[in-house]
Amino acid sequence: MKVKKEKRKKRIGIVFCTMVYLFLFLPIFVVVTNSFNATTRKPYLSWKGFTLDWYSKLWDNTALLESFGNTILIAVLSTVLSTIIGTLAAVGIYRYKFKGKGIINALLYIPVVIPEIVIGIALLTIFSNANIPRGMLTLVLSHVSFSVPYVIFNVRARLSGYDKSIEEASMDLGANRIVTFFEITLPVLAPGIAGGALLAFTLSIDDVIISYFVNGQTKTYPLKVMESIKSGVSPDVNALSTLVLLGTIVLVFITQSGILSGKHKKV
Amino acid sequence: MSKISKHEFKSNTMPAIVTVGPVAVLLVFLVVVPLILVAVMSFCQTDEYYNVVHKFTAENYRKLVSADYLKIYGQSLLIAFFTTVLCVLIGYPFSYVIARTKSKKKKLLYMLVIIPFWTNSLIRIYGWRSFLGNTGWLNSILMSLHIIDEPISFLYKTGTTVLGMVYCFIPFMVLPLYTAIEKLDGSLLEASSDLGAKPIRTLFEVIIPLTASGIFSGCIMVFIPCLGYFFVSNILGGGNTDMIGNLIERQFKSANNWPLGAALSIILILVTLLLVKCYQKAGGDMDNLGV
Repeated sequence: MKVKKEKRKKRIGIVFCTMVYLFLFLPIFVVVTNSFNATTRKPYLSWKGFTLDWYSKLWDNTALLESFGNTILIAVLSTVLSTIIGTLAAVGIYRYKFKGKGIINALLYIPVVIPEIVIGIALLTIFSNANIPRGMLTLVLSHVSFSVPYVIFNVRARLSGYDKSIEEASMDLGANRIVTFFEITLPVLAPGIAGGALLAFTLSIDDVIISYFVNGQTKTYPLKVMESIKSGVSPDVNALSTLVLLGTIVLVFITQSGILSGKHKKV
Repeated sequence: MSKISKHEFKSNTMPAIVTVGPVAVLLVFLVVVPLILVAVMSFCQTDEYYNVVHKFTAENYRKLVSADYLKIYGQSLLIAFFTTVLCVLIGYPFSYVIARTKSKKKKLLYMLVIIPFWTNSLIRIYGWRSFLGNTGWLNSILMSLHIIDEPISFLYKTGTTVLGMVYCFIPFMVLPLYTAIEKLDGSLLEASSDLGAKPIRTLFEVIIPLTASGIFSGCIMVFIPCLGYFFVSNILGGGNTDMIGNLIERQFKSANNWPLGAALSIILILVTLLLVKCYQKAGGDMDNLGV
């Protein structure tokens, strides 16, 4: 009797979860399917048979490819910068006593909790006040500013289980601070740094709202999509989105299978 | 004693500046100063060319309490509230099942949540638009099955905006809940049922209280950003389901009234501070916010 009840409960759980997964993947399925749709009439939705045309047409859409190139370039630059700044900061905050430490710790939460639109308009305001022309530079700076806290949190999580005495041992054995940092501290922190960098990269690629305010004439891939949604997105955008999705799936599998994150290894 | 600490401080000043200096500069110039400028600008006027003039006025704040705006605040709170409630109602049982899965499938199930989460939100919202539009999939399917003769307009309704918001934010609810539920000690549940508690009682007196921190942080991470996600209501709601985010966006783009937009942003900042304070009062840990 009890076993039967358990089984029924389990089945309800499975049905419920399947429905949630369907909900999560439905719009993605629509985008992927439409990338193979042979229709040539706006709004490119009625099914006219299978084609791979949009994938070859994609290479002629220079504006779209350029926006995608911008997105990748901004993501790479902002990831490198925020990873360096964030890792140094996490180590410094953890190791040294200095005035204003509490303030820095508190300020780090601002970009995390305040709605993105407020961060976006605030950055727009300072760039316009400081006469910094909006474009690649302002995009990279903005992306660094919202990803740095996440890098710091990731590295800090790694530091909390970190034994300071190995650094002391290294210095006692004659290595200076810089050698110790590169030879001892960095390798220990590597999984946290990699996790933080990955997060910074995905945050940058996904960002719509903040980029929307600080981009000037420079278009990123999401902004290009946003621009064309009202007029009907051409299916080569679906094709590019499908390719990006494939990249995402690979990335998720690599990271979640525990190659990068030390968290899973420990368990 | 003081001499030693002074020496220690001195020898640590350089490395502290080198390591923490860059982030301090970044936080000052890209977080603190910009937010102060927004606060100052909210009291400024504009000239006839829509330029911001640094002349004091409280006019922007007076405009904030106009009937039209009050209606939109109400609408924003309502949409954010329903989004949060639905995220809990769907996200909780969902996270529970995944987190309590014992087999190897658990990792795969978790990855299947991360994949849409890492796919661009704009692309996914655009997918919903293709699905729900008048010429979209759902209408085509329903019409070809002769369930309906005319397309139903699903878009531009409050419910559709809520759907889009739930869709965007459900991972933000599921991930903290998953962590909280995974930590739950299974033996407590057994103890509860051995002592004669019905499953429903175990749920309300053991499971939910022990995972309350996850629910709290999930709610904060859904409710606050939801107020500012203007593109969801733009794309799925047309102009019909404007939220405070849409008002701000318009002031900084088409309407070109930055001071008014700044004043509107101050409301969002205050709401955020208030909710985060409540969260901390309730014992919430700041480190549980964020991805």
